[in-house]
Amino acid sequence: MGESGLRSAIDYLKIPDDGSPYLEGYVCGNCEAVFLGKRTTCSRCGTRDSMHTKVLANTGTLYAFSVVYRSYPGIEVPYISAIVDLDGGGTVKGNLIGVEPDPQNIKFGMPVQLVFADALGRKDQNGNLYLAYFFQPHTDS
Amino acid sequence: MNNVYVAGVDMIKFGRFPNRSVPDLGADAVHGALDDCGLNIKDMQAMYCGNLMQANAMIGQRILQQVGQTGIPVVNCANACATGATAFREAWIAIKAGLYDIVLAVGVEQMGKGLLGGAQAQQGIPREGLLGSSTMPAVFAEAGMEHSNLYGTTFEQFARVSVKNHHHSTMNPKAMYQVETPLETVMNAEMISYPNTKLMCSVNVDGAAAAVLMSECKAKELELIARSVKIRASVLTSDPWQERDLVMPDVNSCTQKAATEAYEMAGLGPEDIDLIELHDCFATAEILHYGNLGLCKPEDAGKLIDEGHTSLGGRIPVNVSGGLLSKGHPLGATGIANIYEITTQLRGEAGTRQVEDARLGMTHVIGLGSACAIHILEKSA
Ligand SMILES: [Zn+2]
Repeated sequence: MGESGLRSAIDYLKIPDDGSPYLEGYVCGNCEAVFLGKRTTCSRCGTRDSMHTKVLANTGTLYAFSVVYRSYPGIEVPYISAIVDLDGGGTVKGNLIGVEPDPQNIKFGMPVQLVFADALGRKDQNGNLYLAYFFQPHTDS
Repeated sequence: MNNVYVAGVDMIKFGRFPNRSVPDLGADAVHGALDDCGLNIKDMQAMYCGNLMQANAMIGQRILQQVGQTGIPVVNCANACATGATAFREAWIAIKAGLYDIVLAVGVEQMGKGLLGGAQAQQGIPREGLLGSSTMPAVFAEAGMEHSNLYGTTFEQFARVSVKNHHHSTMNPKAMYQVETPLETVMNAEMISYPNTKLMCSVNVDGAAAAVLMSECKAKELELIARSVKIRASVLTSDPWQERDLVMPDVNSCTQKAATEAYEMAGLGPEDIDLIELHDCFATAEILHYGNLGLCKPEDAGKLIDEGHTSLGGRIPVNVSGGLLSKGHPLGATGIANIYEITTQLRGEAGTRQVEDARLGMTHVIGLGSACAIHILEKSA
C-alpha cells in the first residue's frame, strides 16, 4: 500500500511507499525465463533457488486480444482483453483502454504503455479500494 | 504385441436432462456399450470413469450401483475436458499392462448453462474485466487472434468452422442440434468474445458415452474382432513450458507434442488419417489444431477450411459428428463420445454422414490447464 492508500489488485503489481507502482517479474538465473508472481523454482528448466526479481517495463506491444461482449454477471462490457509483450521480457494480460472496443481499431504489434489507476472502483468485503494497471496506446509525444 | 480393441461403444443423445442424475446418464451409456458387443456387466474386469464437475462423488461406483455391483476395481478420474479420453486411456493401459482382458471406460457430465471460466478471486476483488478476461470464450478468442496475428486468419474463416460443423450435425441424430447455420447467421449471431459469436461457442449439454475395451486374444476368442476397432495409438501430454503460459493457456504445444507421439506410436503420418474428431470447443480452436495435428502448415489453416477440405467429402473430414460446437460438449463425456464417432465411422455404420472408405481415424481433446489426449483407431482388417 503506497501513499494513495490503495491496495494492489494482484500480487505482481508492486506499490512502493516512495515511488511509482510497477509490475514485478521473477527471472530465472539459469535460463532467463520471466514469470509473474513470486516463485522459487523455474518451470522452464527446473532450476531451484535461482530466481531474482526484475522491474518489468512500462511499455510493450500488443500480441493478441479479444473484445469481450459477454462476461460474468455484474461485469461491465464491452472491454478489450489484451495480451501484451513487455519490452525487455514478460507477457501480461490486461484491459486495453483509450481505444474504442471495436476490432477495426486494434492493430497487432501496436505500441502500448502501462498506466496505473484505481481498479474501476471495485471494493473488497471490507470496503478497501484497489490499484490496478491498464494498457493504453503509446504515442511518442 | 498385446493389441487393444474397442469392442463395444455407445453414447446417449446429447441434450439437457435436468430431471436425471449423472449416474443415470452414465448407466444408459454403459448399457448401450454392453449391448453393442453383446456382453454383460459381469464380464467387465475393471472400470475407469471420467466425470469433472462431481469428481469427488464416486460417480463410477454409483453407476455400478445402477447396472451391477460386481465388486470390480473402479477408478474415478478428472482431467478437465480431457477427462473422458483420460479414463479411456487408463483402460487401455490396464489391458496393455496385462492385468485385464475386458475393461469398461465411461465418461459422463451434467452441465449448467452459461459461461465457463477460471475461478474467481477468493480474497481481494474480482479481476474479470479489470485485468482482461478469463472466460473460456475470451481465452479461446485470444488464442485465435494469436493465429490471426501470426498467419492473417480472418473472422470469416473462423466462422466457417461453425457453418461446417453445424451442417455435419444435421446428419447426426445423437447431436444436440440438427440445424443449418449459414455463414451470415454465424457471423451475425450475438458476439460473445470477438471473434467468437454465440454460434462459435460449444454447446453446454448433458451427455454420457461408454466403451468396452478388449485385448486382441479375448476379442478373437469371443468372436468380436470383426466389428472391433484397433487402438493404434494412445497418447496423453501436459503443457510444455511456453513463453506466454501465464496469460495464455497453451493448447498448441501440448497438441503438437501429442500428435507427434501418436503418429510415431502408430507408425504413420497425418496423410494416412481418413477423418478426425478434434477439440472444437470454440470455432477458433479448430483452426489452430489443423496445423497442430499436421493436416497442413499453420499458415494454410484458413485456406483448408475455405476450400472445404475438412468438410464431409473433402480430403480430411473434421468433426463429421457436428463436433463440440453442435453435437455438444459434456466435458467428461466428450472424449469417449469422440471414440464412439470414430468407431461408428470405421465400422461403416455412420449413415448419411459416413466418410467413404474410412480406415484410420483420430480423436483429439484438450483439457485447459492443460492436458491433451490423442487416439488413433483402425478398422479391423
Ligand atoms: Zn530456468
